[in-house]
Amino acid sequence: MNKHLLSIHDVTAEDIVRILDTAESFREVGTRVIKKVPALRGRTVVNLFYENSTRTRISFELAAKRLSADVINFTTSGTSVSKGESLKDTALTLQAMGADAIVIRHSSSGAPFTLTKWVKGSVLNAGDGTHEHPTQALLDLYTMRDRLGRLEGLRVAIVGDVLHSRVARSLSFALVKMGADVTLVGPPTLIPPDAPAWGVDVSYDIEGVLPKLDVCYMLRVQRERQRQQYFPSVREYARLFGLTRDRVGMLPEGTTIMHPGPMNRGVEIDSDVADLPQAVMEEQVTNGIAIRMALLYLLLGGAREEVGTDE
Amino acid sequence: MSDRYLFAGARVVDPASGRDDVADVLVADGVIAPLDTGVADAQVIDCTGLVLAPGLVDPHTHLREPGREDKETVETGCRAAALGGFTAVTPMANTDPVADNAAVIHEVLDLGLKAGLCDVFPVGAITKGLEGEAMAELGEMVEAGVRIFSDDGRTVPTARVLRNALTYVKAFEDVVIAEHCEDDALAEGGQMHEGYHSYSLGLVGKPRESEEVIVARDIAVARLTGGRLHLHHLSSAGSVEMVRRAKAEGLRVTAEVTPHHLVFTDEDLLTYDTNFKVNPPIRTAEDRDALRAGLLDGTIDVIGTDHAPHAVEEKEVEFDQAPPGTIGLETALAALLTHLVEPGSMSLGRAIEVLSTAPARLIGAADHGGPIEPGRPANLVVFDPSAEWVVEPPFASKSRNSAFRGKTLRGKVVHTMYQGELVVADGKAQR
Repeated sequence: MNKHLLSIHDVTAEDIVRILDTAESFREVGTRVIKKVPALRGRTVVNLFYENSTRTRISFELAAKRLSADVINFTTSGTSVSKGESLKDTALTLQAMGADAIVIRHSSSGAPFTLTKWVKGSVLNAGDGTHEHPTQALLDLYTMRDRLGRLEGLRVAIVGDVLHSRVARSLSFALVKMGADVTLVGPPTLIPPDAPAWGVDVSYDIEGVLPKLDVCYMLRVQRERQRQQYFPSVREYARLFGLTRDRVGMLPEGTTIMHPGPMNRGVEIDSDVADLPQAVMEEQVTNGIAIRMALLYLLLGGAREEVGTDE
Repeated sequence: MSDRYLFAGARVVDPASGRDDVADVLVADGVIAPLDTGVADAQVIDCTGLVLAPGLVDPHTHLREPGREDKETVETGCRAAALGGFTAVTPMANTDPVADNAAVIHEVLDLGLKAGLCDVFPVGAITKGLEGEAMAELGEMVEAGVRIFSDDGRTVPTARVLRNALTYVKAFEDVVIAEHCEDDALAEGGQMHEGYHSYSLGLVGKPRESEEVIVARDIAVARLTGGRLHLHHLSSAGSVEMVRRAKAEGLRVTAEVTPHHLVFTDEDLLTYDTNFKVNPPIRTAEDRDALRAGLLDGTIDVIGTDHAPHAVEEKEVEFDQAPPGTIGLETALAALLTHLVEPGSMSLGRAIEVLSTAPARLIGAADHGGPIEPGRPANLVVFDPSAEWVVEPPFASKSRNSAFRGKTLRGKVVHTMYQGELVVADGKAQR
């Protein structure tokens, strides 16, 4: 595997299988009374969060702690610029403190790439702007494989604001890599015109897509997109693209409903749909910890042995 | 020190006279002298294997002074120019204060004279404060020596303001209105070319059409007014085609392209390297090829470097927070030689024409661009077309934001002569 996880393009299909299999073995740790293994004892993981994201940060924090790593949370609201210190200076500081891995969440697309220029440790992208969110995609793949037993040939619709969604990018790239059939669904203003070049299908008609799905993956739609004129109103968006109770009836038996959270109940997904047994949002969260443990372990584990022999 | 120089055995490439032969060139008292006036006391400069051409002329430069002397000054920019083989540059008006009045123009002219490294022909703003509304006092700036007006960095927002400017300057001889073509609403928030890569990288894109709608509008206004219009830094294939048609129609339109738009594509942005963040954005291979074709067939008249220095701390940031621009004076000639002349798609004569002869004509710099004939001012460049080098700091420019960093280029300036003085000798600035 690459030293960093900046994008799904950094991992091969074989890497993905290895990551999911490793997560499988770590999931058991979460069921123990003492939820901890010594794999990364003495290693330092920094959570560098330029955007508020309690759930992702906590997930990474728990993952690192269950591997016995030392965890530092470096949280700042807004951009580095508004804080006064540049990303570069922050990176050099963390480097000087001996961070073995830096988990970065940033509102600017590409910030994790930029960070790699100044740090020696591994960089994990925990979501950058409207670019990618690779760990979310991997935990989603894990959840799909766990529920449905396979990824190849799986029919998945990703519904919503694909244009601005880092989750949709990573998930599309990862699913295509694993041989799944992906259809992006949403208003034409929110689907990148060049998306078919990613190897996916595009549809503007959710009801035409629903009867053919194994997984229906709903994206969060931000209300500010209405202000930016991508669609006329939230009400109309919900009417045309929301996953309503009626539309759930069009899904084949056994179709899994997913959402990366946080949900806008009543916009992209009806409240009672979100609470259906085939809606697996809590499982996604649980699996997220195992996936992040696997990634930290695989990115840092090898290096640890080298350090061990030096000592 | 002798003020007579004999450039011996150079390949003389001079598009103004159509000349391309191996010869000696004598310079005496700041001008080209006939060889029969005697070469005995001249300092002989061996130019075997080297090319001698009229000094290069950049019709699109940002020197940042006054206002942002931390990025560049007239002096450091002129030194970069001289080392790049330029004997004339045209600093744009988007300084602080804006060059929208004769006082700022005079200041920049004085700074250029003081530096004494090349001629500095300041560009005046079309509108006061570059605000796109009230016309600046163009006549006063013409009296101060300005021949080209531009709100570069911004587009004249309405066709009406552009119409008035293009019409008003007809009162003056050979004055050009130049446009940065970009529709603000279509380009809003844009970080790179809009296309497959911008969607994959999650960066807001600027579509080709953000340039093309303004090129179309401006050509229509040129037709309406019969005015003299120059279009800065074309980036899209569609723009090239519109200019081609406008020229066929006989409109007084010229166009410019930068070396980086001729060399790179949007694939070069895949690592979010902010040195490739420029405006207009670097587009696809198809656009690059159309720009090259336009330059070869005469649709595009001149190379403009759009030399845009930015401080290190401004560029070493998140991609969407970096200002657009690359420096270009020190690499323009080599970029063209390496990517167009060397592979055989462009003659050396055409390269010199678009880097010197044509821009000199565009900005009304009569002392530049050749012909290399007795009596003409000695503004010359001598370069080694086969010398290979890797673009790395230090640069003569105060800034380091070069899109060419780390690239290997062929072609290196050996000597630059400005008004009969060797301001660059053996690749080193002499002042």
